[in-house]
Amino acid sequence: MNTVLQAHGLGKKYGRRWALTDCDLEVPAGHVVGLVGPNGAGKSTLLNLAVGMLTPSAGTVEVLGAPAGAQQAKVGYVAQDTPTYARLSIADHLRLGRRLNPAWDESLAQRRIQHLKLDPKQRAGKLSGGQRAQLALTLGLAKRPELLILDEPVAALDPLARREFLQDLMEAVAEQELSVLLSSHLVSDVERACDYLIVLVDSRVQVSGEIDTLLATHFRLTGPRRDQKDLPRDQHVVTASHTDRQSTYLIRTGQPILDPAWTVTQLTLEDLVLAYMGRDVQPERPVLEVQR
Amino acid sequence: MIWLTWRQFRVQFLVVASVIVAAAIVLAVTGPGLLDDYRRLADNFIKNLALERLDPLLYQVGIVLPYVVPPVVGAFWGAPLIARELETGTHRLVWNQSISRRRWLAVKLGLTGLGAVAVTGLLSLAVTWWSDPIDDAINAGQDSNIYLPRMFPVTFGARGLVPVGYAAFAFALGVAVGLVVRRTVVALAVTLAVVILVQVLAPTFIRPHLMAPTDKYLVASAENVRGFMLSGPESDARVKQIEVASGSVGAWKLYDRTVDKSGAEVSTLPDWAMDCAPAPPPGVSQEHTSDATRTACFQRLADEGYRQHVKYFTADTFWALQWREFGFFLALAVLLSGFSFWRIRRDLS
Repeated sequence: MNTVLQAHGLGKKYGRRWALTDCDLEVPAGHVVGLVGPNGAGKSTLLNLAVGMLTPSAGTVEVLGAPAGAQQAKVGYVAQDTPTYARLSIADHLRLGRRLNPAWDESLAQRRIQHLKLDPKQRAGKLSGGQRAQLALTLGLAKRPELLILDEPVAALDPLARREFLQDLMEAVAEQELSVLLSSHLVSDVERACDYLIVLVDSRVQVSGEIDTLLATHFRLTGPRRDQKDLPRDQHVVTASHTDRQSTYLIRTGQPILDPAWTVTQLTLEDLVLAYMGRDVQPERPVLEVQR
Repeated sequence: MIWLTWRQFRVQFLVVASVIVAAAIVLAVTGPGLLDDYRRLADNFIKNLALERLDPLLYQVGIVLPYVVPPVVGAFWGAPLIARELETGTHRLVWNQSISRRRWLAVKLGLTGLGAVAVTGLLSLAVTWWSDPIDDAINAGQDSNIYLPRMFPVTFGARGLVPVGYAAFAFALGVAVGLVVRRTVVALAVTLAVVILVQVLAPTFIRPHLMAPTDKYLVASAENVRGFMLSGPESDARVKQIEVASGSVGAWKLYDRTVDKSGAEVSTLPDWAMDCAPAPPPGVSQEHTSDATRTACFQRLADEGYRQHVKYFTADTFWALQWREFGFFLALAVLLSGFSFWRIRRDLS
């Protein structure tokens, strides 16, 4: 079993609007996958399709080699806003997990609650956002899934809680043999936690791959003004911007860049993500620059 | 899952169940005394009840409670069952444990629905058992203007199996509405309104069609006539309709129309039918029709072929009709539950 998530032509339509279109993905096992994109890009839709909360309008999605939603025991899910039962105590939540999951790891759950210094008798409704997220994560981890999916788990948390949450997640990943798929609209979260990246913009997957590979194959070229069609064929332009005398290209290529006219710069992950996110507004850019 | 269902449901359950258990205990304690009175007083039983203070009150409570429980069960047990999960997002927590949505719904719906049927059944059993002496005396012909025969719409719906059927229906409706509107308060209000509406309309629009009523043509006479419907000015009034007693003690009359000798319904009776009308109440100035004139008038009606077409359910059809109405609403409950099972498999993110 090598892929945790496999999508072919996957699409989801709400009414007349496509929230996700033509999604082809193949995510190998053993990664912490970051799904980034602006709000409303379709991240939640993709994750909900992966856990079977939604059914595809087009295409297929397979998780751990079976249709999404078919293997509930193997897939953990921490939903957006980390919902918990406000009137149930922490102990009740653990009991719920124990009763509803055959592979439940009670000692892991207890350890985590102790480690978090939470009172098991406390109601979930009285917890802070960070504590609630940690409780939801505990439920997800103690289920002992092969794949844990988290939908914007840290979106509502302050920076400190955010860091703690992701740290705990990383520790758990190191302990358990676990693949993780988490979505975020912040690159910093992904940078801290993930080794695999999917960029989703405007309901389409823009790029996906291991972060190291992505960083090794994307470059910024700066040099004298040059037309896009004059670039070598193996250099795929992600974004381009021009001034009167200068051109800046952000390209993807597997080959070394030989042209001495270019100044070649490595990209940071943020540069790379922003480049793909900004790609859709590209046609407007030349107009803006002429006005300058 | 059973534990979770109980954990989420226990407060609502205990509130309703404690009221019903309290009522059942009161009825169980006072019931034997009532039965004893009936055995002892026999024909004077109902007359004697007027002297009591508690029993007439309990009789009223025994009519009100079985009507109150189904809407309450539907609105407070049924409507929040799924709607609250969808509203607070917790469905995304619980449906992503290692248990399918349908199994989750099956346990929730099964246990809570069973609870609804059980508490309503207990209440109805207590009420039916407690009021049995009164119902029996009324059906045996004892006169009363407080206690109604149990076939009458109001009492019929508060006895036997019918409240249980309503409760099952109300609960399943609440669940389905909650699943569709996804808002607890809205689902609660809609369920409450629909169930009450159904309770009000069922005796008129559903119950008469569940069974073929006894269908008869009776001759109106001074003895069996129960009412006249008049129209026009007081000096020149015409008789539009006559109503008669069905002649069957404890029966519920559905239909009563005057027909002529061809069998067609008449909208207005001939002028002379005014002679059949009884003496007006004292103080209203009108010439008095003598008994002889009335008898002659009724005779003429009979001779000219006028008959009363009546349809009614006799007292002995009580349980047959109870089973049918129960079955009808139980079938609705099953249909609504089927809808919920179908709907919950679809997208609900």
